[in-house]
Amino acid sequence: MTEIFGIPLPALLGQLLLGLVNGSFYAMLSLGLAVIFGMLNIINFAHGALYMMGAFLAWMGLEYLGLNYWAMLLLAPLVVGVLGILIERLLLQWLYKLDHLYGLLLTFGITLVTEGVFRSFYGVSGQPYPVPEALQGATNLGFMILPNYRAWVVVASVVVCLAVWALIEKTSLGATLRAGTENPRLVQAFGINVPRMITLTYAGGVALAAFAGVLAAPILQVSPLMGSNLIIVVFAVVVIGGMGSILGSILTGLGLGVVEGLTKVFYPEASSTVVFVVMAIVLLVRPAGLFGKEK
Amino acid sequence: MTAARSPLVGYAALFLGIALLPALGVYPIFVMKVLCYALFACAFNLLIGFTGLLSFGHAAFLGVAAYACGHALKVWGFATPLGLLFGTAAAALAGAAFGWLAIRRSGIYFSMITLALSQMLYFVFLQAPFTGGEDGLQSVPRGHFLGLDLGTDLVLYYVVLGIFIAAFWLIYRTVHSPFGQVLTSIRENEARATSLGYDVERFKLVAFVLSAALAGLAGATKTLVLGFATLTDAVWTTSGAVILMTLVGGMGTMVGPIVGALVIIALENKIGDVGRWLAETTGIGWFNGLGESVTLVTGLIFIVCVLAFRRGLVGELMHLLERRRREPDRR
Repeated sequence: MTEIFGIPLPALLGQLLLGLVNGSFYAMLSLGLAVIFGMLNIINFAHGALYMMGAFLAWMGLEYLGLNYWAMLLLAPLVVGVLGILIERLLLQWLYKLDHLYGLLLTFGITLVTEGVFRSFYGVSGQPYPVPEALQGATNLGFMILPNYRAWVVVASVVVCLAVWALIEKTSLGATLRAGTENPRLVQAFGINVPRMITLTYAGGVALAAFAGVLAAPILQVSPLMGSNLIIVVFAVVVIGGMGSILGSILTGLGLGVVEGLTKVFYPEASSTVVFVVMAIVLLVRPAGLFGKEK
Repeated sequence: MTAARSPLVGYAALFLGIALLPALGVYPIFVMKVLCYALFACAFNLLIGFTGLLSFGHAAFLGVAAYACGHALKVWGFATPLGLLFGTAAAALAGAAFGWLAIRRSGIYFSMITLALSQMLYFVFLQAPFTGGEDGLQSVPRGHFLGLDLGTDLVLYYVVLGIFIAAFWLIYRTVHSPFGQVLTSIRENEARATSLGYDVERFKLVAFVLSAALAGLAGATKTLVLGFATLTDAVWTTSGAVILMTLVGGMGTMVGPIVGALVIIALENKIGDVGRWLAETTGIGWFNGLGESVTLVTGLIFIVCVLAFRRGLVGELMHLLERRRREPDRR
C-alpha cells in the first residue's frame, strides 16, 4: 500500500476529504459573515445559531412533516432567511449608528436565546439524521473509497460559494451591493432603497448559514450546541482571511479545513487548536489577514 | 473636594454593608461567589468601560488562574497566599500573550481574536492532564492566610472581602490616575491619543495585562472559595456572562459590575424557582424547564440591555441623578 510519511494513502485522503467537508462549512459561514459585515457593519454572532437552526429544521421537517432532505435543503434557508428579515427589521436596524460592539453583543444575545429554546425542547444530546438515499454508499476511485455524501457536500458548497461570488462580483445587483458597502449614502442618493438592500443582505447571509446547516445534518449530530462550537472557529478563519475579499474567504475556509484534516492525521492532539495557532501566526506575520487590506 | 470625596464615602458604606451581611443571615458562600464574579466583572470593565476594548475571551484568565491556583495549592502544597499570587501571575502571563496578539487588530477583530484565543486555551484545558478534564480539579484545600484558618466560612469571608476591596481600590486608583486618563482618551478617540504622542499600543497592552491579572485574582479566589476549578471557568459562555454582568450593571461605572454580578448570579441561582412559579401560575408546563435553559433568559436580557438599556442599572441611576441635579439650574 502506498504510504506518505508513514501514513497509508487512503487514510490520508480520507482525512483530507473530511477536512474539505469542514472547510466547506467554514467557507460558507465566513462568506456570509463577510457579506453581512460589509453591509451592516455587524459581526453576526448568531450565524452559528442560524446554521444550527438550518440543521434542526432539516431534522424537524423529516421528523414531523415527512419532508425529505432535498425539500428541506430549499425550505430551511427560506425559513431562516425570513427569520433573518425579522431579526434585522426588529432588532439590528436600531444599532447601525452605534459602536460595532453592540451588534456583536446583540447577535450574541440572539445566539443564546436560539440555543436556549432548542435546548429546552431537545436537550443537549444530538439527533441523528439519515443520509439521503440518492447519496448513500461510496464510490471506489481505485486509490481511495469516496463516501458519496461527503463528496456532495464539498461540491455543493463550492458551487454555492462560487455562485455567491459571481452574484456579487459579476452582476449589476452585486455592483449595487458593493457600492452600498463602500458608500451607502451615495447609493441611496441614486434612488436605490438601501435599507431594503441591507435587510436582504442579512437574510441572504443567514440563509447561506442555514444551507450549510442542512448539508451538515447527516454528517454531524444535529444538536443545539453545534453552531456555537463552529462559529468561534469561523471567527478565527475570518481573522486569518480578512473580510475584504469574497474569494479570499472561500479559499481560507477550505484551506483551513484541509490544514485541520492533515493535523488530525499527523498530530491528532492539536487538531482542535490548529486553526487558532494559525491565526496567532498570521497575526504576527500579516496582522491584516491573508486577503485583508490594512486600513 | 466634597464632590471627589463623596463616591469614596459611598464605597466605604457599600463595603461596610457587605461586611455586615453574614450577621444578617446571608449565606456567606453565596456572597463570596458574587464577590469573585464582581471582581471578575470589575477587571473586565477596566477594559471595556475605561479603555473601550471588548475582550470576548476573559474566561480564559479566570480559568487559567483557577487551575493554576488549584494545582499549586493541591498538588504542590503552596501556602494559600502564594497560591493566589501564582494564579494571578499565570493569568497575567496569559494576558500578556493574548494581549500582545490581539492589540494588533482593533475594533471588532480584537473581540474575535480574544474569543478565538480563549477557545484555544479551552481546548488545551480539555486535553491537558493536570485539569482533570471534564471532572475538573476537585477538593482544593483552603489552608491558612496570615495565620488564620480558612476552613471556617466566616474567616474566609473577610479574607475574600479584603482581597476584593484591595483589588477594587487598585482599579479605582488606576482609573483615576494619569494612566487611566490616557486609557479614557484612547476609548474616546484613539487617533487623537496617538497624535498627542502616546504609545497607544503599549497603553492598551498594559491595561489588558492588568485586567487579565485581576480577572485571574478573581479566578484564583473563586477556586479557594468553592474548592474546585472546572472547565466551566474557561468556557466561552463565561466570557459572555462577564460581559452581561458589566452591561447590566453599567459599563464604565465603578460599582456597576458589582451590581451586575449580583443580579446575574442571583438570577442563575433562582431562575429554576421562578420557572416553577411561572409554571404554577400560568399552567404552562414548559416553564418548569426554565432552570435548565438559563441561556435563554440571559440571552433575552442581553437583547433588552443592548437595545434599550445600554447604560446599565448604575449608569441609568447616575444619569437620572445627573438630570435631577441639572434641572434646578435650568429654571
